[in-house]
Amino acid sequence: MAAPTEAAPAGPQERPRAAIEARTLRRDQWWRAPAVSAVVIGAFVVYATIAALWNADYYYEPYISPFYSPCLVAGCHLSSESYTHLRVNVPHLSVLGYWWVVSPAILILVFPLGFRLTCYYYRRTYYRSFWRSPPACAVAEPHRRYSGETRFPLVLQNVHRYFFYAGLVFNAILTYDAVVAFRNHQGQWGHVGVGTFVLLINAALLWCYSLGCHSCRHLVGGRLKHFSRHPVRFKLWGVASWFNARHMQFAWASLVWVALTDLYVRLAASGTIHGAWV
Amino acid sequence: MSASHERRSYDVVVIGAGGSGLRAAIAAHEAGARTAVVCKSLLGKAHTVMAEGGIAAAMGNLYPEDNWKVHFRDTMRGGKLLNHWRMAELHAKEAPERVWELESWGALFDRTADGLISQRDFGGHRYARLAHVGDRTGLEMIRTLQQRTVSLGIDVLMECTVTDLLRDGDRIAGAFAYWRESGRFVVLEAPAVVLATGGIGKSWKVTSNSWEYTGDGHALALRAGAALLNMEFVQFHPTGMVWPPSVRGILVTESVRGDGGVLRNSEGRRFMFDYIPEFFKAETADSEAEADRWYDDKRNNRRPPELLPRDEVARAINNEIKEGRGSPHGGVFLDIASRRSPDYVRKRLPSMYHQFKELAEVDITAEPMEIGPTCHYVMGGVEVDPDTAASRVPGLYAAGEVAGGMHGANRLGGNSLGDLLVFGKRAGEAAAAHASALGSARPAVADAEVDAAALGALAPFDTEGGENPYSIHHELQEAMQDLVGIIRREHEMQIALKTIHDLSERSKTVSVEGNRQYNPGWNLALDLRNMLLVSEAVALAALERKESRGGHTRDDYPMTDHDFWGKRNVIVEQLPDGGLGIRHQPLPEPPPELAELLEGDH
Amino acid sequence: MSTSAGATGEALAPRELTLRIWRGDAKGGGLVDYTVEAQDGEVVLDVVHRVQATLAGDLAVRWNCKAGKCGSCSAELDGRPRLMCLARLSTFERGVPIVITPLRTFPVIRDLVTDVSFNYRKAEQVPAFQPSADQPVAPFRMAQVDVERSQEMRKCIECWLCQDTCHVIRDHDDNKPAFSGPRFFARYAELDMHPNDGLDRRRLMQEERGLGLCNITKCCTEVCPEGIKITDNAIIPMKERVVDVCYDPVRLLRRRRARG
Repeated sequence: MAAPTEAAPAGPQERPRAAIEARTLRRDQWWRAPAVSAVVIGAFVVYATIAALWNADYYYEPYISPFYSPCLVAGCHLSSESYTHLRVNVPHLSVLGYWWVVSPAILILVFPLGFRLTCYYYRRTYYRSFWRSPPACAVAEPHRRYSGETRFPLVLQNVHRYFFYAGLVFNAILTYDAVVAFRNHQGQWGHVGVGTFVLLINAALLWCYSLGCHSCRHLVGGRLKHFSRHPVRFKLWGVASWFNARHMQFAWASLVWVALTDLYVRLAASGTIHGAWV
Repeated sequence: MSASHERRSYDVVVIGAGGSGLRAAIAAHEAGARTAVVCKSLLGKAHTVMAEGGIAAAMGNLYPEDNWKVHFRDTMRGGKLLNHWRMAELHAKEAPERVWELESWGALFDRTADGLISQRDFGGHRYARLAHVGDRTGLEMIRTLQQRTVSLGIDVLMECTVTDLLRDGDRIAGAFAYWRESGRFVVLEAPAVVLATGGIGKSWKVTSNSWEYTGDGHALALRAGAALLNMEFVQFHPTGMVWPPSVRGILVTESVRGDGGVLRNSEGRRFMFDYIPEFFKAETADSEAEADRWYDDKRNNRRPPELLPRDEVARAINNEIKEGRGSPHGGVFLDIASRRSPDYVRKRLPSMYHQFKELAEVDITAEPMEIGPTCHYVMGGVEVDPDTAASRVPGLYAAGEVAGGMHGANRLGGNSLGDLLVFGKRAGEAAAAHASALGSARPAVADAEVDAAALGALAPFDTEGGENPYSIHHELQEAMQDLVGIIRREHEMQIALKTIHDLSERSKTVSVEGNRQYNPGWNLALDLRNMLLVSEAVALAALERKESRGGHTRDDYPMTDHDFWGKRNVIVEQLPDGGLGIRHQPLPEPPPELAELLEGDH
Repeated sequence: MSTSAGATGEALAPRELTLRIWRGDAKGGGLVDYTVEAQDGEVVLDVVHRVQATLAGDLAVRWNCKAGKCGSCSAELDGRPRLMCLARLSTFERGVPIVITPLRTFPVIRDLVTDVSFNYRKAEQVPAFQPSADQPVAPFRMAQVDVERSQEMRKCIECWLCQDTCHVIRDHDDNKPAFSGPRFFARYAELDMHPNDGLDRRRLMQEERGLGLCNITKCCTEVCPEGIKITDNAIIPMKERVVDVCYDPVRLLRRRRARG
């Protein structure tokens, strides 16, 4: 196609842009959103690191911290200072045995954190907040070169769907944890404490977050060319799309809540809070 | 001097990259012609994107009883029988093929439950007939044609404005243009030129048309020796926005009424029932109950009067406002909020919802719109041969809005997009055939013509301290709006003609600031010549036709005169002295088998 | 009846407004102040036109429909890529000049007009729609639910605001040859989701059109005047579809087996 540029004397090289010095002419507080995101994510990382390395106070009958579920080490009930009776509620895999000394949370957290790290929404957020690529729309980024997600390691973001699958497994486990939180320490149904709700909400938010995952949306139906030939998958795609439209909200809510859940169990297990209501 | 200009050589040059221009270019290219499309804006911005409702085509997807004959009849009756019957026939017959062709190039129309192209109701069409995509059908059409054009590798000369046609004797030899970016001139040598420049609305103050609609093609054709047909017929779309002032004239699609919207005056009355003309009585509902039933049951009910042809509705609104029953900002109310659910409105009319929300802060799902007539379309245009779109100048073709005859005295909504496709294709093919038949006997571009064109184009830079082109444009718009508007009177049009003459004189001394690079002041100064010439043609023709019909309403001749004016076209052409002359020409009569379709109540 | 805020007579009283417009060309330029009358019912483009008609007849600006349908009057208002015809004055802070600059990602021609031919070159590279072997000839049978995803993308008015705001080329000219940009990712997605298209453009997108350069920071979606969810409904679905053919070992294995 002959564009008008051909009439101009300029050579094949790209012609100059308008000479505007300022990095951005935006006058709104464009730095606020990335700053808030950075603070919240940073706080979570710091908290999660401490909590994961603590390797104690993560179990308080019938509640277990989501950072330490499933129970991988033998005797994870011993992590509680105030309770010493045998664990009755939480699945006891004890694949690691008593010899395991490092926090089992490290093994567990790889999966949910990997899920979030490769999540399309979180990618948007940390590319903006931490990598400043770009810090905000129409604000110049500080890097001289940029290769996006074409090279190692960022090309690995494409494995997101496997972390999604793993995330589902953990959602199932945490849902089980929430259900058994309705039993008391003797295994009898009918217990309801604040912790029961904390775990229940945690599981619910994680499902809401996972079901809105872009990979999920693709896998359940998005990859189809003809919805009309797959009515059930079209329905599922509709559900995933609903959650997907709220992916950001559920991403933040579930992130904050999962930390609060761990904190709650920790406070209970360490005896900081006590009483029948716990 | 002429040797210094850039030169390009083609078989066919198409001026205009709207629906008809792109369709013509595709047809010419597919016929083997070396083809270029020249457009004043960027590719894909042509006025066709503004078309909202749909493409009228009797595919019969929803009503199997629909066929080209019914469509032909609707078109002719909507045009008050002043259409060229052959154009209306070709259009009705070929529109479905052209729509399916778009689909095969990737267009995605809304679908019926069976997976066919869905069709919607529109004013003057007996059956739901408009292939559409929500209310952005024009965008779909232009994008499809644009993508086809690009994939075929056709040359597109963007932001390039043709100022003169070049001739060798009386034959077309090419076109003279400038690049907006650099202001440099380019000579396009071509034995066949297709005009596809659209309309003339920018000469009116309240218009739905974009800045490009300066009547370039009409003026180029006049100056090259072609005839303009029935220029008095200008369509004022009944529903343009009226508030806030900055959006006055922007179109509100007829689909609002097709999908259930009704017109009310300040007293809340559905006044259209008071304005049903004799001609349409038999096919129009006479009670609100029947009109409301029609949306669901078209076989046993007659259509609501809101869906009368546009000229009827525009006149009715005009009258309501004149008699003091208008809305606060000088319009009337168009109400769909009280008649359809918010979800329905948002789904069927997303662009309208968006447009009112963004531009007027009005939520059309909750409150009525204020609307009033806006200059929308010119039925008149270059006189062409229906089958080939050829004008009387050898090598000059015209298709789409710039061509006359197809729509008679009033165009039905939905018929313009079909017109673009049907006659765009025919024009492109005929132009390519013309070019290839010439062999080596091609017309040549004379240096003297090129020099004259260049001199004329640069004139505004030679004057200092002259008139501001923006002021002249503004005054022309005021004059046309007030004096050659929706209701016309003899003495007013005479004043208009005098005003146009004065403005033409003054325009000879316009001066512009700056240099030739992307200079809108200069560009406007050149467009002004065309606007003034075409405005004069409209005023002359409107003064001549002493009756009221379709898009031409005379306060002093309120009746439609079937015996005299119903049998003749008004022709405007340029006289040897450069002035405009006017004469009558008999209207071609349809053959008996088609004439039969027009009679009685079918 | 329509008495919403901003439509009342009082709010529409004319006032003085200053526009700070970038004027210049490839050789250089700067911001120039123009003060004209304006009222709240107007949009920025109205005021730019007033400047043009009264103070600067040669002020270069692109526009066509003035109704948000053609996508011509793209510019940056107070640093944000927007259509001037949809920018209502009532949404700007009073008493502060509105800064209007040309699209930053593309070379400037003059004043507010930029050379957007980059986009037209990218358009030429798109392998066109090709009917599938199932239904090679129109009229096609296609269900409404199957065309809706592509229809969303076809709402695009090609204003190039998404291309302008995308940091991949806004901040890195060197990526331009290898990157088609959000508008064209939406176009490829539209074709890939077209129920009767017979071509597979997924590898092409990843390997030659730069889909992998996108880091989904969603600025394209933020600026889209048509409200198209470019990132969520076009780019990410395409990234996932690319994973199917390029990065998903299970699918790749299955595919190989199916072929064998």
